[in-house]
Amino acid sequence: MKIEILGMGCPKCKKLTENAETAVKKMGIKAEIVKVTKLQDIMNYGVMLTPALVVNGKVESSGKVLSVEEIENILSAFLKQDA
Amino acid sequence: MKKIQLKEWHKFATMFFVFMLFYFFPLEFLSFRNPAYEALALVKWYAHEHVLLCLVPAFFIAGAISVFVNQASVLKYFGAKANRILSYGVASISGTILAVCSCTVLPIFSGIYSRGAGIGPATTFLYSGPAINIMAIILTAKVLGWKLGVARAAGAIVFSILIGLVMHLIFIKEENQKDKKPSFVDVSEDDREAQKIKRNALCLFTMVGILVFANWTSPHDQNSGFFATIFHMKWYITGFLLLFLFYMLKTHFTKQEIKSWVDATWIFAKQIFPLLFAGVFIAGLLLGRQGHEGFIPERFIATLIGGNSFFANFFASVVGAFMYFATLTEIPILQGLIDSGMGKGPALALLLAGPALSLPSMLVLKSIIGWKKTAVYICLVVIISTINGIIFGQLN
Repeated sequence: MKIEILGMGCPKCKKLTENAETAVKKMGIKAEIVKVTKLQDIMNYGVMLTPALVVNGKVESSGKVLSVEEIENILSAFLKQDA
Repeated sequence: MKKIQLKEWHKFATMFFVFMLFYFFPLEFLSFRNPAYEALALVKWYAHEHVLLCLVPAFFIAGAISVFVNQASVLKYFGAKANRILSYGVASISGTILAVCSCTVLPIFSGIYSRGAGIGPATTFLYSGPAINIMAIILTAKVLGWKLGVARAAGAIVFSILIGLVMHLIFIKEENQKDKKPSFVDVSEDDREAQKIKRNALCLFTMVGILVFANWTSPHDQNSGFFATIFHMKWYITGFLLLFLFYMLKTHFTKQEIKSWVDATWIFAKQIFPLLFAGVFIAGLLLGRQGHEGFIPERFIATLIGGNSFFANFFASVVGAFMYFATLTEIPILQGLIDSGMGKGPALALLLAGPALSLPSMLVLKSIIGWKKTAVYICLVVIISTINGIIFGQLN
């Protein structure tokens, strides 16, 4: 699974990255977390409100710092799809 | 998980300790009077007058806006097919809710420009956004006086539309030729969000009420009348609103909502407090307080940006456009300058040009819209901020 965090490096983006890392650890799944910080790249996802969470290329949320639980819910939905 | 919480707790404790240190700093025992003394005195004054009653509520309001207000709902007014007049209007005022974090301004600008309503509304948003974010208005009005606070907000809104329109007209050819990229993703929330609007609005209004009444100052010219009566009752009113707010939080908000609100508030505080206090300290060091000089002599400031001449306003605009101000630090710096003899007109010019542009943001802008448009935008910002300053200086 590939998780991307879009954001130019503001405190909110760091917090979201932190939460995503915690969620992945808690669930014990294999996932790669990538930070996307270049404005041009962020635009290519069609996202305007940062921070945004992208899972396997799909924009799951934007403009919000999701809590660990919320990220877990999103990720487990993806796991079900794959299975 | 435990570890992360502990770390945050430490940060909070440190911040609180530093605050208390300055709050109770025994300045009277220092016999020397010099720039270092002025810097400490200014920080102490901020700790006393502005932190508890003004900044802390402002952070909570900003936190609530970023968590409870559905920001994505505003974005639909910036789409490629949106009504142009509405686009300009919304772009000029939406900074209040979209620009609570300065790092969000450029992505939104870039999005409006390349995938939405185009260069006009994008520059309108870029100019007004940072100037009318809720914390900037509150602190400007509190520290520099309500006249300058209102002038800053009104000036930013009115002139941002003008700048946007001029940019659109200058580059209208390129705008029409621009290849259409797909519009940005609309991640709208479901309808359940809509039912909470009333609740959230009430919560925000209550907090704004707390802020206004807690900072109600005594009218110095009379002891009776409407304003004086309110001044005498201000703590009762504030207390009542505070109780009401707690009641509302207890009955109408879930634990998770309150937690994300407090988290967002904390993120703002962590980001802004250290920078602001460093800014206050440096302003005190360089500029001193009213009647007490800092390192920079007052007559030097008075000759450069005193009065309301064209040169003073122009100079203030150019400096503002190139200089980088960390969020809110433009306010203590301006306060120092005004106390040292800066005119009200140039002050407004700097307030308008300052947060809208800086050397670093110019470079990012260049990468989005190219050097030609960036240069035109910079010139427009300087010209319009200068004119704005001259008009405001005349009125005062």
